[in-house]
Amino acid sequence: MNIQNMILTLQKFWSEQNCILVQAYDVEKGAGTMSPMTLLRSLGPEPWRVAYVEPSRRPADGRYGENPNRLYQHHQFQVIIKPSPDNIQELYLESLQALGINPLEHDIRFVEDNWENPTLGAAGLGWEVWLDGMEITQFTYFQQIGGLEANPVTVELTYGIERLASYIQDKENVFDLEWTEGFTVKDIFKQPEYEHSKYTFEESNVDMLFELFSMYEEEARKTMEKGLIFPAYDYVLKCSHTFNLLDARGVISVTERTGYIGRIRNLARNIAKAYVEERERLGYPMLKEEK
Amino acid sequence: MTKNVLFEIGLEELPARFIDQAEQQLKEKTIKWLNESRISFTKVESFSTPRRLAVLIHNIAEKQATVEEEAKGPAIKIAQDNEGNWTKAAEGFTRGQGKTVDDIYTKEVKGTTYIYVNKVIEGKPTESILPEFKQIIESIQFGKNMRWGTKTMRYARPIRWLIALYNEEVIPFELAGVQTSNSTYGHRFLGREVVLTNPLQYKEQLEKNYVIVDSKLRESMIEEGIKKLEKERNFIVPIDRDLLDEVRNLVEYPTVFVGTFEESFLELPDEVLITSMKEHQRYFPVKSESGMLLPYFVAVRNGDANALETVVRGNEKVLRARLSDGEFFYEEDQKNSIAFYLEKLNNVVFQVKLGTIGEKVNRVVTLSEQLAEALKVDTEIKEQAIRAAQISKFDLVTNMVNEFTELQGIMGERYARIFGEDETVAVAIREHYLPTSASGDLPKTLVGAIVSVADKLDTIVGCIGVGLKPTGSQDPYGLRRQATGILRIANEKEWEIPVAQLFNMTIELYQSQALEHFDSDIVKQELHTFIQQRVAFLLREQGIEQDIIQAITSRSIGKMSDMMKKASILSTKRNDASFKPIQEALVRVLNLAEKTEKNEINPDYFETETEKELFSSYLTVSSVYQEFVNQNNLEEAFAELEKLANPIHSFFENNMVMTDNENLRTNRLALLKQIAILINSFANLNAIEWKQHN
Repeated sequence: MNIQNMILTLQKFWSEQNCILVQAYDVEKGAGTMSPMTLLRSLGPEPWRVAYVEPSRRPADGRYGENPNRLYQHHQFQVIIKPSPDNIQELYLESLQALGINPLEHDIRFVEDNWENPTLGAAGLGWEVWLDGMEITQFTYFQQIGGLEANPVTVELTYGIERLASYIQDKENVFDLEWTEGFTVKDIFKQPEYEHSKYTFEESNVDMLFELFSMYEEEARKTMEKGLIFPAYDYVLKCSHTFNLLDARGVISVTERTGYIGRIRNLARNIAKAYVEERERLGYPMLKEEK
Repeated sequence: MTKNVLFEIGLEELPARFIDQAEQQLKEKTIKWLNESRISFTKVESFSTPRRLAVLIHNIAEKQATVEEEAKGPAIKIAQDNEGNWTKAAEGFTRGQGKTVDDIYTKEVKGTTYIYVNKVIEGKPTESILPEFKQIIESIQFGKNMRWGTKTMRYARPIRWLIALYNEEVIPFELAGVQTSNSTYGHRFLGREVVLTNPLQYKEQLEKNYVIVDSKLRESMIEEGIKKLEKERNFIVPIDRDLLDEVRNLVEYPTVFVGTFEESFLELPDEVLITSMKEHQRYFPVKSESGMLLPYFVAVRNGDANALETVVRGNEKVLRARLSDGEFFYEEDQKNSIAFYLEKLNNVVFQVKLGTIGEKVNRVVTLSEQLAEALKVDTEIKEQAIRAAQISKFDLVTNMVNEFTELQGIMGERYARIFGEDETVAVAIREHYLPTSASGDLPKTLVGAIVSVADKLDTIVGCIGVGLKPTGSQDPYGLRRQATGILRIANEKEWEIPVAQLFNMTIELYQSQALEHFDSDIVKQELHTFIQQRVAFLLREQGIEQDIIQAITSRSIGKMSDMMKKASILSTKRNDASFKPIQEALVRVLNLAEKTEKNEINPDYFETETEKELFSSYLTVSSVYQEFVNQNNLEEAFAELEKLANPIHSFFENNMVMTDNENLRTNRLALLKQIAILINSFANLNAIEWKQHN
């Protein structure tokens, strides 16, 4: 099964489970969790079911398109359900079967893995799912988001698309994966992988990035003060990506690092709090629709 | 007909590390609960897999035992009026116990007479008690709990089903929205839903559905599988106990298999291969008879042997990707120099107030040099120690250690050799992290020991200096472990430096660097207390009692090996009847000596033979004592002190110390003071609680 069909299959599967299919969020981010569709929407009492593909940028993982396993930008398929359903593990396993993975011919395991993202004040408990020893999915019950207790609990499934595809297609090199008939990952992503790596590690304008970080931070703060939560959150994402670029360039010492992460975390916490308050003020509209 | 009870908690996959303990708790709590509920039984069996915890209670009684209990009422003065009639209080009491005043009898307790009735507590049917098991499920403690869905319950993982069966009857209760029933589930993929009509069918029914509920049986299945492979393939699979415990708790139905990897990966350091296999993938590494790693791994599948070749191939692919990463790091790391990495350390923070690791390394270099000088080691050792200290941390910024953090020091040793460092220096890089646990291996080489102690001194003094003292169970920087490490090394190597001096040396270094927040008087006091506690801890570990520890550490903290020897000598003497007169003599001197601060003796003032004799004995003993101490022969040194006992006894028999003649008095006290100083240099014998019996 090629990647395009994998995505179509997962979309269809989770759509049939009453998930809203949204598109990738248009601000750079390091993980699907950071999309406001996950991070903000998993807060508060309103039910929420969503699935989407998220292109995730990890500048430090860039390898000029030369490493068979690591990418500047990879794809995650993200499923978010609040409150977590009782049969979520069974649903997840069915989704693997939909991808053509027959559990009787493999070894599928749930191995303890507790997830934490200090930048977002987020933490959860769950597993990494192993398929014949390979981690293919991160399965997490959120316990805390933006420093706030998650209640009810949201479950997050993050499929590593390239990982899973390399298994399904039995390829050793990520660039050999078929995206759709006639096109490989190499065709579509090799050039950007090389150029982004070169930019990240060699060419980025460090002074400008430092300045941008401060500007984004300032804008996030001001926007939030005006009660504009979603725009403010976009600027937090921009701060986070700018920080990742600086960090990958090796220009942030460890002391400073803690400082920057703390600054982003403070913003994220304030926004989480403001989001919850705003939903409450609006009378939890999605809670009413449910009734 | 006898009855049996089965409880099973069905869960989403529990973390492997919680399972054994949870099963144990479940069993113990069940037995305790049955006993307290007065319900008899013959046996409680317990079971566990990643998806279930269960207990099977055999031959349970159908009723609680009926017991007679004595109920105590008010005092007779209150229970009867002046005419001897029962009062309202007495009636109320008996009614409350389901009895009448006719049942009353009296007993005297501590001089007061009270009324009593005998109360029979009728045993209730077991059936009505069994739903209480819910509280046992709730009371299991896990290392970490979570919430799920909209439930308020916190548990290791979500509860998905509950079996509560009293013979064929379901015991009704509900927990976290789950109602008890008689259905359980087999293996996720190979099994199906199983309806039980008899608790005793539990094991067999689940085994038919590919779940081995007895974790010890899963373990022996794994061991047998490994043995079979060892025979077939003629290789050896060393069994790591912790790994086996984990692996058996990652599967419900184990099938052992072997995979291979490219022989070229064997050029990687063994530690990289072993960490990749064991820590990351939970595989058992495979060795030849001569102990060399072979290009195989043994792993355990959760399931049967169907399509096993696919599982093998998948696992091989994962390991190959990991080892390729390792190979890439290994090659990349060798492209740079040690100097390159040392430069990078200046950007890595050790602790915010204590600067970067680069700065820490500079301090460790200075301390290693000072330590080498204090130990009077030869120039070669000193230079090796300085070099080892300089490069002790360079591997922390290599790709390999960045990815495999558990290889710190180990990669340092490897790379140092490759970069052409002296062999002793290379070994010392690995050894300077030792010991890594309270009873872990110590550095074998002197150079390793010097750098290890210097590194730990720097961390301890630095952290305590900036207020990061360990409190209660909180010791995030491992300062206690590191202090114990220093003491164990100093003891084993019989270092000729008092422990206090090691720490003073470090404090001075910090002072000379004028680091912020460094208030040396307070720091000195805190450090002194901290070290005293660590020495006491280590001595207690050796079975030394508190008063002897006090005698040895209260005045000053000397050489560690001396403290150990002194503790052992005194522990024997304190119980030795023949030592009693000697102890009395020495302690008497210590007590009297406290009456003066003066210790200048003027031999011209001596009057009596016995005091002159004591003085001359003192002179002889103190010089011989010192010689033995210098030779580290503390037994003989202490035997010298014992020689003072007789002259002391005659001295006290024949001389009046607190005489009116001031010169005479002062002089005698000064003599005693000198002797006391000598005794105290061994230990403060006054602190010891002597236990000799004649």
